[in-house]
Amino acid sequence: MADILVYSEKQDAALELAFKGKELGAALGMGLSAAAFGPSAADSAGALGAHGVDRVFVSEDPALEGLGVDVVAEALAQVACEAGATMVLIASTRRGKELAPRLAQKLGAGCVTDVSSLVLTDGSVVASRYAFGGNTVARENLTTESKVFAVMPKTFEIAAPVAGAGAVVQAALSLQPSAAKVVSRRPKDGDAVNLDAAERIVGVGRGFAKRDDLGLGEELAAALGAELACTKGLSDFGWLGEDRIVGLSGAKTKPDFYLAVGVSGQIQHTVGISSAKLIAAINTDKDAPIFQLADYGIVGNLYEVLPALVEKLKAL
Amino acid sequence: MDIVVSVKTNLDLQMIRIKNREPVLEAIPYKTGDLDKNAVEAALQLRDAVGESKVIVLTVAESNRKVRETIKEVLAMGADEAVLIVDPALESTDQAGVARTLAAALQKIGSYDLVLFGEGSSDDYSGQVGPRVAELLGVPQIGYARQITAGGAGVLVERSMDEYIETLEAPLPAVLTVVSEINEPRIPSLMNIMKAGKKPTEEWSLADLGLDPAAVASSCETLSNLAEEQDRKHIMLEGGAAEQAAGLVNALLKEGIVGR
Ligand SMILES: Cc1cc2nc3c(=O)[nH]c(=O)nc-3n(C[C@H](O)[C@H](O)[C@H](O)COP(=O)(O)OP(=O)(O)OC[C@H]3O[C@@H](n4cnc5c(N)ncnc54)[C@H](O)[C@@H]3O)c2cc1C
Ligand SMILES: Nc1ncnc2c1ncn2[C@@H]1O[C@H](COP(=O)(O)O)[C@@H](O)[C@H]1O
Repeated sequence: MADILVYSEKQDAALELAFKGKELGAALGMGLSAAAFGPSAADSAGALGAHGVDRVFVSEDPALEGLGVDVVAEALAQVACEAGATMVLIASTRRGKELAPRLAQKLGAGCVTDVSSLVLTDGSVVASRYAFGGNTVARENLTTESKVFAVMPKTFEIAAPVAGAGAVVQAALSLQPSAAKVVSRRPKDGDAVNLDAAERIVGVGRGFAKRDDLGLGEELAAALGAELACTKGLSDFGWLGEDRIVGLSGAKTKPDFYLAVGVSGQIQHTVGISSAKLIAAINTDKDAPIFQLADYGIVGNLYEVLPALVEKLKAL
Repeated sequence: MDIVVSVKTNLDLQMIRIKNREPVLEAIPYKTGDLDKNAVEAALQLRDAVGESKVIVLTVAESNRKVRETIKEVLAMGADEAVLIVDPALESTDQAGVARTLAAALQKIGSYDLVLFGEGSSDDYSGQVGPRVAELLGVPQIGYARQITAGGAGVLVERSMDEYIETLEAPLPAVLTVVSEINEPRIPSLMNIMKAGKKPTEEWSLADLGLDPAAVASSCETLSNLAEEQDRKHIMLEGGAAEQAAGLVNALLKEGIVGR
């Protein structure tokens, strides 16, 4: 019996994959394996085993230190072989997204990254992903025997723990140290913000002329009880942290209300707001694409409209 | 140092209109991949910093017509040479097929110290091609580069991960993918656009690489490709700023967003 193998360097993401892997495995008659690497492998193995994984392959091989993508890919290929896994689910974090294709190449597998849903259709696992830069969603069926899916974190929930525990197996791996050496690592600047869960969002873009002017956006966000988010265009200036980016390479939000200010509405941004219940936009350019997605549109200068809006909101 | 940059041509995504959830793709102009231009810029800066280096751009497409403007643009930016892999069999390939073609082309080029990619293409954004090529060539890969320093036998890369900035060191040859914050791609001058046409350009078919069309057949079957449904009100609020602001606040009251 073939197995599904799940892996992520992030424990929560691995548990989400285990939840989906269990469901798919039950429907397809496949077992569920997981891999956990590095110094915290034993802890992760316990959690995975308690969430429905039949066998957790662990390794604390020193070559895995730093999680070099070449070594992790090789380790997973060896685990997949040991477990008899033909389908691998990896979380599409930045690490996972560069790992999945390298692993797929080793396994001769087809691969879909940034998967937003996995659905069993006529006995095949169909993966959805954004295409044409976010204009559309493509449903993909891999025709290779081995398949690798890199699934966006938070696509699935985490199942409740189950009674009984999966087996923990020491993986017999033969690994070389990574060709790339980690020299240093430092946390990113900026405060962590959870846009996925925000109910109201004010999204700011390059319509703001100066960094200091973002205060106007912050005031508006405060008056609305909203989180401040931004376009990648603005984040690339270094004015706001990357964790505030909404869109293809940022958060896919689903707030009740999204207000886009000085945002042109390029598809790579709007893909992250299209699930908002209500969208309003403020832009000087009446032809800006953002208006095609707006329930309410204001053609106007943010430097005039924002102070007026804040005043009206505060008067409520 | 020989730096190869892998560059893709895609449709101008901003021009795609949706009709009955279907993307309308007729008469949409082509555009050079956004991050690929960042990769070219990074290569040019490295070349000028290291000296005695050249930048070769490499592209894979089903027709010469599709990539012509892209090649002209990146040569005008300052790349030294171009290699085009053009073959009708590439019409229906996937990222694995593109990677196999690129790896074969790199082997034919023979000498490469750094191979640069975008972190993702503008249209597919799959991020698969770079890592697959790295595996095929058996060389180290470092993704999401935001700063690259090369010298001697190695490369030092600062890269942007989800929660931290990491600096890695790797021996050459190596595959790197870049993120947009690495640089602002230069806009070619008129003079350089004129000169671009004279730069050495090679065009190879799959057969020239010893590849069979079956080697690039897609293993990814697209069952459907539709826009998500959007039903928006499209109400424009008229008047001066004060009036517009009042209009929006009233709308938000009515929608139950504020004043609850
Ligand atoms: C592979 C890839 C992935 C990407 N991922 C993302 C992503 O996840 N998120 C993202 O946001 N982008 C992403 N992008 C970038 C995206 O394509 C756009 O470049 C970006 O969203 C544009 O940001 P912007 O709207 O702030 O800037 P611009 O496009 O420059 O728009 C600024 C807008 O402000 C308006 N404006 C100017 N002055 C004023 C004023 N005084 N008052 C009101 N309005 C004014 C202008 O009319 C204009 O419409 C990605 C790109 C690629 C290639
Ligand atoms: N047809 C192609 N020709 C040359 N390079 C490509 C091609 N497709 C993808 N690439 C390169 O691979 C990167 C990632 O593409 P993707 O895997 O499609 O997201 C791009 O930014 C390019 O550098």
